[in-house]
Amino acid sequence: MASLLGRFCRKLVVPGSAHGSRMISTTACDSEAVKSLNLYSAINQALHIALETDPRSYVFGEDVGFGGVFRCTTGLAERFGKNRVFNTPLCEQGIVGFGIGLAAMGNRAVVEIQFADYIYPAFDQVKRVFPTLEFDFSTAEFLIRGFNSQIVNEAAKFRYRSGNQFNCGGLTIRAPYGAVGHGGHYHSQSPEAFFCHVPGIKVVIPRSPREAKGLLLSSIRDPNPVVFFEPKWLYRQAVEEVPEHDYMIPLSQAEVIREGNDITLVGWGAQLTVMEQACLDAEKEGISCELIDLKTLLPWDKETVEASVKKTGRLLISHEAPVTGGFGAEISATILERCFLKLEAPVSRVCGLDTPFPLVFEPFYMPTKNKILDAIKSTVNY
Amino acid sequence: MAQHLKSSKSTFLNVLRHSLAFGSPSHASRHLRQKLPHGGPPSIKKVSPNPLTRLCNTMVDTLSSSHEDTNSQVMDFPGGKVSFTPEIHFISESNEERVPCYRVLDDNGQQLPNSQFVPVSKEIAVKMYSDMVTLQMMDNIFYEAQRQGRLSFYATAYGEEAINIASAAALSPDDVIFPQYREPGVLLWRGFTLQEFANQCFGNKSDYGKGRQMPVHYGSNKLNYFTVSATIATQLPNAVGAAYSLKMDGKDACAVTFFGDGGSSEGDFHAAMNFAAVMEAPVLFICRNNGWAISTPTSDQFRSDGVVVKGRAYGIRSIRVDGNDALAMYSAVHEAREMAIREHRPILIEALTYRVGHHSTSDDSTRYRSADEIEWWNKARNPLSRFRTWVESNGWWSDEAESDLRSRIKKEMLEAIRVAEKTEKPNLNHMFSDVYDVPPLNLREQELLVRQAIKSHPQDYPSDVPL
Repeated sequence: MASLLGRFCRKLVVPGSAHGSRMISTTACDSEAVKSLNLYSAINQALHIALETDPRSYVFGEDVGFGGVFRCTTGLAERFGKNRVFNTPLCEQGIVGFGIGLAAMGNRAVVEIQFADYIYPAFDQVKRVFPTLEFDFSTAEFLIRGFNSQIVNEAAKFRYRSGNQFNCGGLTIRAPYGAVGHGGHYHSQSPEAFFCHVPGIKVVIPRSPREAKGLLLSSIRDPNPVVFFEPKWLYRQAVEEVPEHDYMIPLSQAEVIREGNDITLVGWGAQLTVMEQACLDAEKEGISCELIDLKTLLPWDKETVEASVKKTGRLLISHEAPVTGGFGAEISATILERCFLKLEAPVSRVCGLDTPFPLVFEPFYMPTKNKILDAIKSTVNY
Repeated sequence: MAQHLKSSKSTFLNVLRHSLAFGSPSHASRHLRQKLPHGGPPSIKKVSPNPLTRLCNTMVDTLSSSHEDTNSQVMDFPGGKVSFTPEIHFISESNEERVPCYRVLDDNGQQLPNSQFVPVSKEIAVKMYSDMVTLQMMDNIFYEAQRQGRLSFYATAYGEEAINIASAAALSPDDVIFPQYREPGVLLWRGFTLQEFANQCFGNKSDYGKGRQMPVHYGSNKLNYFTVSATIATQLPNAVGAAYSLKMDGKDACAVTFFGDGGSSEGDFHAAMNFAAVMEAPVLFICRNNGWAISTPTSDQFRSDGVVVKGRAYGIRSIRVDGNDALAMYSAVHEAREMAIREHRPILIEALTYRVGHHSTSDDSTRYRSADEIEWWNKARNPLSRFRTWVESNGWWSDEAESDLRSRIKKEMLEAIRVAEKTEKPNLNHMFSDVYDVPPLNLREQELLVRQAIKSHPQDYPSDVPL
């Protein structure tokens, strides 16, 4: 039975949500044993495999010991012991800084930040400028200019600044991101754009359970530090057939998950389910949409998007994060450079608004299926 | 030429002397200057282990014609005098005894013999107890409302009612509060009504936060209570800055900030404590050490003797209090406030307590701690019953007063929820206001686009948000 299933398209069913049930087909894989899993279970499986296959790997963060607030780390401490799977004190800069140190000594550190909204103290650990020491003769003071930060200033520059003598490639930072219906300012953010501006790290965002397991294993094993954002809305909602074995999905390779001819849509994470609905509706009106899951935002697969836009002549990008300075702007600028003469219409961005993520107003803030559908039509009719 | 050289030399001397004292802002170096002998650094007989100091001192001796007597067992390193010891001795990681915990009432609410405390009047005591009951009942009813699906989220303060109310009672209305999220009792004491709490929880148009945040994210500028943000410990450095402002304005007021045992692990705790000490800011750091940060017990949070011992590391006066003892909390905060304002200094108060409730409605704490443990703290160490015993022992309370209060609060709460639930949500334009003081062009454009989308697809949008 499992082998029969393996030959067919894998279907992602998202039941009982405000947008109705959705289906996203993923590419069929080899006929292996599969199990119907939700997103947090798929991630949990990936973590089990990661710890099992590398004895020098660790999983830690706030509350991971009892399974984590989203249950992604269930069973790990019991199975691998508290020396490898443990709670940390409540301190994001410490979590990431400590993780960098572990990784620099040749270990794999898979750290959890409880909500992407709380990643900012650790953002600092993303980069360190060498402090410069100056002596001010007028006041006879030594002035130390410089600042510490973990992800940007440390992790991202570890290999480069040392001339490749050192690296912290074994670091993977996982964080739940995105809207959840009632998360407000501090449980709904999509901060991917900040990290996409930092050379030296990778940014990966899966769209479904099967993708998450494969991408997470790739991220953990990638020899560069990776920030892995998990769409929290899909932790329980998304259920998919997930192969039980150890498999990896390559980074920096986008996937055309729906073929079409009239317009290219690019997205990532939970937003793809919304975009898929818009594509289905557009098809009823005779518009053929090509939908691409970017998967890795940094470094991103320009070639796949470029090839698609050269075919369709139109591009629409959609993300929950605020439109101004969002990652859609980078995609738009790049495609403009590469496909200018092939474009039939301006690049469209259907994104979150330029406000803090509001509670009561969330439905108005979000890039809905109908906002996307309207933008598809106006782009096609430009 | 000679003139020029001479002035260069004295400038250079001053530079050396100044750099020895590690020149710094006036409020900090005042301490240093007092420690330095009059006239400049001493010429020393013992050679300093610090090469830089050695160099400077040698040059000062050579260039300067004055010599000072000196105590050869003491050396002026940057930061002041320190005596030497020939013994190699590491300061222990902990004291032999844990810092004792100040309390006034025993577990049964009986006043301990020889207890020192700030007396409270009947009026204050009755208001304190009544507000503790009100807080507990408000929590009960809102929690149930969330379970019934009427609220999206809630977080209770069970077990911490004494910390909430007694600390508020000991403060003045002008003291500015920077809460974490488990201190609504401070607002309650100051006069925030049950209706106002309900309005925020339901995110209706009467919510001062204009429906933008999750429930329990209260704020009131009128009551000097800064709006809650869910991020942990970010309010701590803010409180220090606010305290400095109060000092500069010469106000008879301090800043007060609350945080949990988990919050003391954040980098912002370190930053805030250090700034508070250096800036001599009148701020109270009140730590609710309730034993748990979601599922993380304090043994996974730190290895110090709790939070109180961290004060000394920053040069901050500290006290450990029984957080479930309303009288002890009241006294500690009262005294701390006075010191903070009069002496321009921060104070750290570690209130030991227990988080009886779950972290929030998104948590089930029986997954990581025993139901027996929770029940024990709820019954045997309950702050309400302890204080009630004391209040009653003064003849200021009775069963009748209790049942009157409870039935009144219940009625008020149910009415507040009924009204809050049916009050309409804030107008859509409040999604765009207050991002800046005035909406910039991009937001005005986006509002137009959103309104167009609503016209085209009204079914996508909630009908209770007025346009």
